[in-house]
Amino acid sequence: MTQRIAIEVTVNGTPYRREVEPRLLLSDFLRHEIGLTGTHVGCEHGVCGACTIRLDGAPVRSCLMFAVQAQGHAVATVEGLAPSPAELSPLQQAFRDAHGLQCGYCTPGILMTMSAFLEENPDPDEEAVRHALSGNLCRCTGYQHIVDAVLLAATRLKGG
Amino acid sequence: MKPAPFEWHAPATLDAALALKAAHGEEARFLAGGQSLVPAMNFRVAQPAVLVDLNRVAGLDSILASADGSLRIGAMVRNARLEADATARATHPILAEALAEVAHPQIRNRGTIGGNLSHADPASEMPAVMLALGARFVLRSARGVREVEAAAFFVAPLTTALEPDEMLAEILLPALPPRTGSAFLEVARRRGDYAMMGCAAVVTLDAAGRCAAARLAFCSAGPTPVLAPRAADALVGSAVDEAAIAAAAAMAKEEVDPMGSVQASPAYQRHLAGVLAARALRLAKARAA
Repeated sequence: MTQRIAIEVTVNGTPYRREVEPRLLLSDFLRHEIGLTGTHVGCEHGVCGACTIRLDGAPVRSCLMFAVQAQGHAVATVEGLAPSPAELSPLQQAFRDAHGLQCGYCTPGILMTMSAFLEENPDPDEEAVRHALSGNLCRCTGYQHIVDAVLLAATRLKGG
Repeated sequence: MKPAPFEWHAPATLDAALALKAAHGEEARFLAGGQSLVPAMNFRVAQPAVLVDLNRVAGLDSILASADGSLRIGAMVRNARLEADATARATHPILAEALAEVAHPQIRNRGTIGGNLSHADPASEMPAVMLALGARFVLRSARGVREVEAAAFFVAPLTTALEPDEMLAEILLPALPPRTGSAFLEVARRRGDYAMMGCAAVVTLDAAGRCAAARLAFCSAGPTPVLAPRAADALVGSAVDEAAIAAAAAMAKEEVDPMGSVQASPAYQRHLAGVLAARALRLAKARAA
């Protein structure tokens, strides 16, 4: 008999109640159970970073957690970044302006990683940005523009 | 790329977790941060019938320093928290130095020190650091509690001295004596990758500036983390000058037993062991003075 567990997870401020199998990955819960397909699934073993979300504020791999473990926790995904449908967040706008994405597959994970990074490091240098980016793979090899975008966002967030 | 079905338990107490593991034995795995176990389950390399999730167990996530500078670290302390902990940075700065090289921030936010050590990957940084610090591990089961030396805990790749019903519950780090310096250095192809070779050095000087004690340990250097006791002992009594460092590094190169990988031949790994040992010893000595 398949075990099913009732959980309540808050995603981008909205509580969701579902009954899930314990083996359901948090990444698949977000995409298939509640329809937030902005979180991308790349390697599904913790290497590529495409599925990065924020769990109680901290960036983590959603493919390396089971949905049942998110019970009672607050999850933030890329869908929650923009303040309104008509307006991008400063980080998203900087990615757009600096050509920080090509195919866009890695972008949600990078935005979730870097939104947390800029909160903790409001005035980063290029080396710190590159280090923070090391856990997210971009196969379009667009790193230079991604670094430019994060530095641009940092400047704008400081009011520069 | 989806885990096989399993029965999931998320006990609230250590006793309940240990009782579950005793009941299910090798059929069950403890789930700590999941940063090594869950990838293996996604690949179905690991297909445990039962998971005993430790994330809701109270009392396994404390970092406690004694007045003498010794440290007790709960197994469920997340690596990012240990890396940032002001007390641990003061008593054992090599922890944060090495943790900065453990995978990526997203992995360290979730992964735990106990899970990292229990996974016993010989390429992992922290097992080597534990050997260099002379750590002791507290192993708990429903039968009771025992302590083992870190050096006796790591027995083969991905294999530890843990019995099927036991958990690594706590890490005990002895205080570092006065005039002790430490350093962790590694060479990896890319930041966050597994090291081709890594070296942890701990050096204690006497009042005259001579080496009173030293420990050297390596990761990616054999089937388990590797201590280099001959190299370390050769330093004792020396001024840890360039001649003594070169002699110790040459001995350390012979004490490691690297297996080679796609990225590095055993000969190159051995070369790195000598280079890193010399650099780490210089740094540890400078920090001890």
